[in-house]
Amino acid sequence: MSIEQMILIFASIVAAATPLAFAAFGELVTERAGVLNLGVEGMMLMGAVAGFAVASQSGSLTLGFGAGLLAGLAMSLIFAVLTLHLQTNQVATGLALTLFGAGLSAFIGKSYVGLSLQGLQPISIPYLTDIPLIGRLIFHFDWVVYGSFVLLFGLIWFFKYSRWGLVVRAVGESPVSAHAIGYPVIRIRYLAILFGGAMSGIAGAYLSLAITPMWVEGMTSGRGWIALALVVFATWKPIRVMVGAYLFGGVTILQFYGQGMGVHIPSEILSMLPYLVTIVVLVLISRNPKTILLNQPMSLGQSFYPRT
Amino acid sequence: MPRLERRAKPSRVMMFASPLIAAVMMLITGYILFSVMGKEPIHAFGVFFIKPLTTTYGVGELFLKATPLILIGVGLAIGFRARVFNIGAEGQFVMGAIAAGGVALYFHHLEAVWILPLMMLAGIGGGMAWAAIPAFLRTRFNTNEILVTLMLVYVAQLFLGYLVQGPWRDPEGFNFPQTKMFTDSETMPLLIEGLRTNLGFVIALFLVAVAWFFSFKMFAGFRMEVSGLAPDAARYAGFSEQRNVWFALLISGGLAGFAGMVEVAGPIGQLQPVISPGYGFAAIIVAYVGRLHPIGVLLASLLLSLLYLGGETAQMDLNLPSAITGLFQGILLFYLLAADIFIHYRIKPNPHEARCTITPPPPPSGDMI
Repeated sequence: MSIEQMILIFASIVAAATPLAFAAFGELVTERAGVLNLGVEGMMLMGAVAGFAVASQSGSLTLGFGAGLLAGLAMSLIFAVLTLHLQTNQVATGLALTLFGAGLSAFIGKSYVGLSLQGLQPISIPYLTDIPLIGRLIFHFDWVVYGSFVLLFGLIWFFKYSRWGLVVRAVGESPVSAHAIGYPVIRIRYLAILFGGAMSGIAGAYLSLAITPMWVEGMTSGRGWIALALVVFATWKPIRVMVGAYLFGGVTILQFYGQGMGVHIPSEILSMLPYLVTIVVLVLISRNPKTILLNQPMSLGQSFYPRT
Repeated sequence: MPRLERRAKPSRVMMFASPLIAAVMMLITGYILFSVMGKEPIHAFGVFFIKPLTTTYGVGELFLKATPLILIGVGLAIGFRARVFNIGAEGQFVMGAIAAGGVALYFHHLEAVWILPLMMLAGIGGGMAWAAIPAFLRTRFNTNEILVTLMLVYVAQLFLGYLVQGPWRDPEGFNFPQTKMFTDSETMPLLIEGLRTNLGFVIALFLVAVAWFFSFKMFAGFRMEVSGLAPDAARYAGFSEQRNVWFALLISGGLAGFAGMVEVAGPIGQLQPVISPGYGFAAIIVAYVGRLHPIGVLLASLLLSLLYLGGETAQMDLNLPSAITGLFQGILLFYLLAADIFIHYRIKPNPHEARCTITPPPPPSGDMI
């Protein structure tokens, strides 16, 4: 395998990992505040279709990503109103969000099927990109990829060193106590859910604007669910989410190159890999019940209604 | 924001009224949606919700499409009652269809009465086997069944794609990715000449009765309900959680697999890359809208079936994308969840007066139904 090929493979792993990282980071924040939003898949689909629709109408990818973010945000707003105000069950509402997102995105996207546009291009950083080998390897990505690393360090700082990060964690561990101390539990959960929605929206838009610049019905093909599994796999820690996203990105890409390298396994069987790996990883991490118990936010999935 | 006050006990009236409220709200939203899309709303409404039912054939189609929804929905409801969330019925549906299709292809040269029952058993077995994976992982390794069942949906669909593209492809099928058509002795007998409704619908009705008997008249059903409503009480009473998980997944998986068999041995008549317009996911909505009650599931299945039919006629007559069906399904579930708040809460009549009342503790976490 030549160096050129290796660089190509590495670039496609990064591209596959980035949307997973965004969606999982968003869900991580939501879950840290004690809210389980199973609607990631639906929010990603809406982000993908909104991003593609706006980008192909306006010709601007930036506007497309903005639309994707807003679509994810709007979807999570529905979830927030239902679970926080109307006290609906989080599991059922999240599933409803996914089903709704799948239906609505297919509906909106009907007239965009078959179109394509110029996808998001890598940016060249002066001098750095020109470094032989390394320049092409790590300084030749689009801004969303760099954004995912900014987000990673931002989240590490937020949860470890910032006051509000601590408050979010308190809300996730015990909303009753946080409320008693005087923190606005509902407002914090709102923001956490909306953040999750926005990130899922960007993740979806990245699929339809960067990886495969087109709209296909159900194009997320389970990535939202894999992102949810990633959060569990990462035991609710940002850095592990990133590692997990690259691991899964690697598995996804492996199946494409496996065929090229003369592995004679039907493509359908190879495509099962990411899903099977997700299951294996989930089994490994939840095998010891204490791992989950010690790391999972205590109030995850439970409704809270302030009574004063 | 009006304040909410917890009812002393859940309202039985609201329990049954909220699916109706949700359905009516969905219709109103549909009306607005049609107007926004520039279709004459009354006409569009007629095309979507009334026209499919104006012919005998249409009513037959209603029962035909309701059949898989009833079968899957009844099974899911049993599981959801015990809070075992089998979200991957779509995958078990596909595996049931594959197993039944395998039997059909293996005995393709034979004409015998026992082939069809064998296909039914294969369908049930295929679905059960697929659901046994999450059951084993949950009971043995504590793995979340929601994510595992879902991942297995994609695996099952890819497996079906592999079979019909590769080893099971019909050699005389002009390279289309599909198997041979099943023979007459491998297809479900039709109920009435001229309609596509088949024996599966009768079996589904029978299973509704069985599920009702199980849930409300048998100790095993009671045990599962207690586990869902009050896990601590169930543990104290010594009800095995593991047994519930296995039971819920095997029952719902088996029924989903059977539904898959009925679909490929019924209206489809062969294996194709795609054999379901999302029945496994729509059945989740059916289970909730049907209040996790077998009779409710039956009624909700007919409603969701009408949404499928309406989507098809709307596509033909109004040139609307058939994806509108999925949209309506999602909206219906949202309204139901929102309306359900009035089962446990009511709007506080006077905030000043109510301030000094003692409010009972919140409902159990993750309260279903």
